[in-house]
Amino acid sequence: MAGRGRGRGRGQMTFNLEDVGIGRGDSLPPTTFKPSPLFPPMPVQPVPLQTGEEVEYMLALKQELRAATKTLPFYIRRAAPKRDVDRYSDKYQSGEPKDSTIEWSPDWSRLPKELCIKVRENRGKRPTPQVKRTKKPLVGKEEILIKLETLEKKEEAVNSEEEQDEEKKKTNEEEEQADEEDYEEDFEEDTDYIMSYFDNGEEFGGDSDDNMDEATY
Amino acid sequence: MTAQEVRLCGLLLQEHFGEVVERIGTHLLRGGAQNLRTIANETNTPLDLVKKSLCVLVQHGACEFGSGRRGPGSPVEYRASCERVLRVLRYPRYIYTAKTLYGDTGELIVEEVLQRGHMTMSNTVKTVADRLTHNMEEGRSMEYSEVVSAFSKLVETHFLQRCPPVAEMGTAATSTNPATPGTPAASASTAPPTAESNPDCYKLPHVTLIGRGKRRRSSDDSEEQRGGKKAKMDSESCGDEGIYWQVNFERFHQHFRDQAIISAVASKLDQTSSEIVRTMLRMSEVTTTQTAAYTQPLSANEIFRSLPPNYSISRPILDQYLSLLVDDPMEFVGKSGDSGGGMYVVNLQRALANLARATLESVVQERFGSRSARIFRLLLRKRHLEQKQVEDFAMIPAKEAKDMLYTLLSENLVQLQEIPKTPDHAPSRTFYLYTVNQLPTARLLLQHCYKTVANLIERRLFETKENKRLLEKSQRIEAILASLQASGAEPEQLTEVEEMITAPERQQLEALRHHINKLDSTENQVDETVFLLESYIFSTKTK
Repeated sequence: MAGRGRGRGRGQMTFNLEDVGIGRGDSLPPTTFKPSPLFPPMPVQPVPLQTGEEVEYMLALKQELRAATKTLPFYIRRAAPKRDVDRYSDKYQSGEPKDSTIEWSPDWSRLPKELCIKVRENRGKRPTPQVKRTKKPLVGKEEILIKLETLEKKEEAVNSEEEQDEEKKKTNEEEEQADEEDYEEDFEEDTDYIMSYFDNGEEFGGDSDDNMDEATY
Repeated sequence: MTAQEVRLCGLLLQEHFGEVVERIGTHLLRGGAQNLRTIANETNTPLDLVKKSLCVLVQHGACEFGSGRRGPGSPVEYRASCERVLRVLRYPRYIYTAKTLYGDTGELIVEEVLQRGHMTMSNTVKTVADRLTHNMEEGRSMEYSEVVSAFSKLVETHFLQRCPPVAEMGTAATSTNPATPGTPAASASTAPPTAESNPDCYKLPHVTLIGRGKRRRSSDDSEEQRGGKKAKMDSESCGDEGIYWQVNFERFHQHFRDQAIISAVASKLDQTSSEIVRTMLRMSEVTTTQTAAYTQPLSANEIFRSLPPNYSISRPILDQYLSLLVDDPMEFVGKSGDSGGGMYVVNLQRALANLARATLESVVQERFGSRSARIFRLLLRKRHLEQKQVEDFAMIPAKEAKDMLYTLLSENLVQLQEIPKTPDHAPSRTFYLYTVNQLPTARLLLQHCYKTVANLIERRLFETKENKRLLEKSQRIEAILASLQASGAEPEQLTEVEEMITAPERQQLEALRHHINKLDSTENQVDETVFLLESYIFSTKTK
């Protein structure tokens, strides 16, 4: 009983096929085995676009608007990710947008207070980065450093370059000159490298002048 | 907020405001009202970027904020508006309309206000005057007063409106000042104030702006700095701080709708009838509300008096034209009374419905052929028809009619309605009727249009990305050429630089430009259909 009628002509259905419109002997389109193609061939070509002065003017407007919005401050770009080391040019290249500042100043009275964010101020050139410093601990640090220095000179086992960097970061323009005088270190004395091991290559090649017949490698 | 709308909004936000704003915007559109922390956590964006994006969205009116759902103490919630973002697609049309109505000055004013979201009047006037001066010849500059007059004309005809005042949040409960009756009312009401609720919506501020546009010289940095300082001082002295102006989109839409009706009348009847309808619409511009089904009744005498002087038709001829318009099956104009020589109205809602129906019919015709369009029109008129009746009325052989009906059915343009004869719904004893419902079909087509525009934008982005290297190269060469020309180089140097782009590359660039132009202008054209369908659907909603 089950399976009766299977394979013989079309299957039995609960409704009358005549009513839906498929008459006797009509062949149905072939069954599909895969999803319909992504870009099916179009039976009719679309109507060509409108042309005219108005259309071209609006086209030009659209393209100009698109280009203009990229230059406005409303176009938000993510700040470039921080590179591994701070570079010298960071001081001078301040054109990159930062996440924590906003490029334009909206009317804060029309916005909820929680959206308030610092407005980025494009001041004039500031070659030296503004740095907060307090005098007291600095003086304390200087004393300690001078003490350390004397100890270092006695022992000859110090890394003076660290000190120089710290000082430069913490001083102002005026103080820099004063500090520089305090440090009259000899480069050779305070490095980690033991000088006797280092051969700076001045002696090399001095012998080759005598024997020009032999090839030098 | 359907998936297609959200996708299109995302693409538009990305193009105009960048990826960060796009992410925040689509998240808000999908998720409804949310507060700041939720947005930051769910989109994995740093809080500062979220704040910046929300500022941008609020500035452009795409996002509104209000006190939270749990009462005045809860954090502020933000809601994005899909409709407003979709308006971005129509910006070129708004700007072009302003140009046709108010010239270059009006065009620039509308462009500036659209780009910045909302601006104060003084700011707008200064920027526009500077831009106009920049385009003029040397030695001439634009007076502020001309720009102010164009601005006031735009405000008088309601194309620009004041931004609605911001409702106080959270402070009303703790405010000790009882003399501000506005604030408690605002915090109690849940709906944000619209622009129209402000009675001063279209009132110009009393600010006297005297001056001329400044020409910006790119070579003179010191002058620019000084000019910049002067501008800062000037803006502080203007008295209209806090009064921001935005573009009134509804008024522009009214204008587009009127234009569509007039051109439909012109193409169906003739030029004179379209002039009559244009006069009628112009007379009822200010008296008709935005959602009215028909304009205020106008007597034939008034119409006769207000006709444009170059259209001198005699009174009996006008009456004939009016009766022709009333009898037309399109029902653009209706007669509502006999006093004053006949009272006539323009049936706005019916006109929009007819325009939408014509759009649907034309879509079916272009996609499936004129015979399918005949079946579609038949079903629209006769509502419900059986298979056999369709074949008879459309005069199409049975097999082909069946084929076409099934194609339309598979595209959801036609629906099948079952009417059972017996309570057990036996298929052999049920009527199956084909029917077309105009409103759901219009909605379906509208979603198709959104999908189309989104696909167009994506294709354009893809084409640009494919040829990025070539585009950058051509831009660099143009920059080199421009700088060479500015510094006065010989023609041989110029040709040498031009030859850096080879001929096949030039062809490729040409083809790319052609494609992008085509895609862009297609977007504009699809937007016209979107406008028609949106207006129709909106007019049926407010019944």
